[in-house]
Amino acid sequence: MKADSTLDCFGLLCPMPIVKTAAKIRELEPDQILEVVSTDEGIKEDMPAWCKATGHEFLGVEQDGDLFKVYVRKK
Amino acid sequence: MKKVTIVVFSGEMDRAIAAFNIAIGAASMGMEATMFFTFWGLNILKRPNAGVSPPGFIKKMLAAMMPAGPQKLPLSKLNMFGMGPIMMKKLMKQHRMPDVGEMLTMAKQSGVKVIACTATMELMGIPKTQLTQDVDSCAGVAAYLAEASESSVNLFI
Repeated sequence: MKADSTLDCFGLLCPMPIVKTAAKIRELEPDQILEVVSTDEGIKEDMPAWCKATGHEFLGVEQDGDLFKVYVRKK
Repeated sequence: MKKVTIVVFSGEMDRAIAAFNIAIGAASMGMEATMFFTFWGLNILKRPNAGVSPPGFIKKMLAAMMPAGPQKLPLSKLNMFGMGPIMMKKLMKQHRMPDVGEMLTMAKQSGVKVIACTATMELMGIPKTQLTQDVDSCAGVAAYLAEASESSVNLFI
């Protein structure tokens, strides 16, 4: 999936990916897509939950070896 | 806005990490998080070199035996006379996990409210001057219950 911005959370443990996502999403314009790359498998559940709580749109997850790439559209 | 209240009763590193994780996570999800530190949890908020000696023999003894500050906390299990925290800190560093002191700072930066319990501060001879500047206020059980009754998440750690 194509993203407007990427956030690298390689090696970071929960809750850091979510904390950084919350900060990063503020830099995006509405409708832009943020890609978050994480090695923490929990992100597969955490990101949809975060999106539900914050109102942004969860677009999906792609797994690339050990990397979990999640996509969020800013609302 | 959803609210989260956490009573931090424990003064151990692993429990503190869990409490801060939840508070910081909650703040990242747009929830209003408040942490109430009581009993051993107050040790987490102590400034390391505050040099306080409370009045009274028992309070003095208690103060002498209690860890001062987030860097000096034991583990709740496998403390092994202090070896446990050293090893745990090593592991945390390897995984780039922030330590308890850093988590307190992060929590404050994301808007988490830090409240100290006045009753146990008095009981254990911990004056406000011995606590970190990060404490937003000192309050009692009514303040806690007022917050907790409006919160969707209430935890006792």
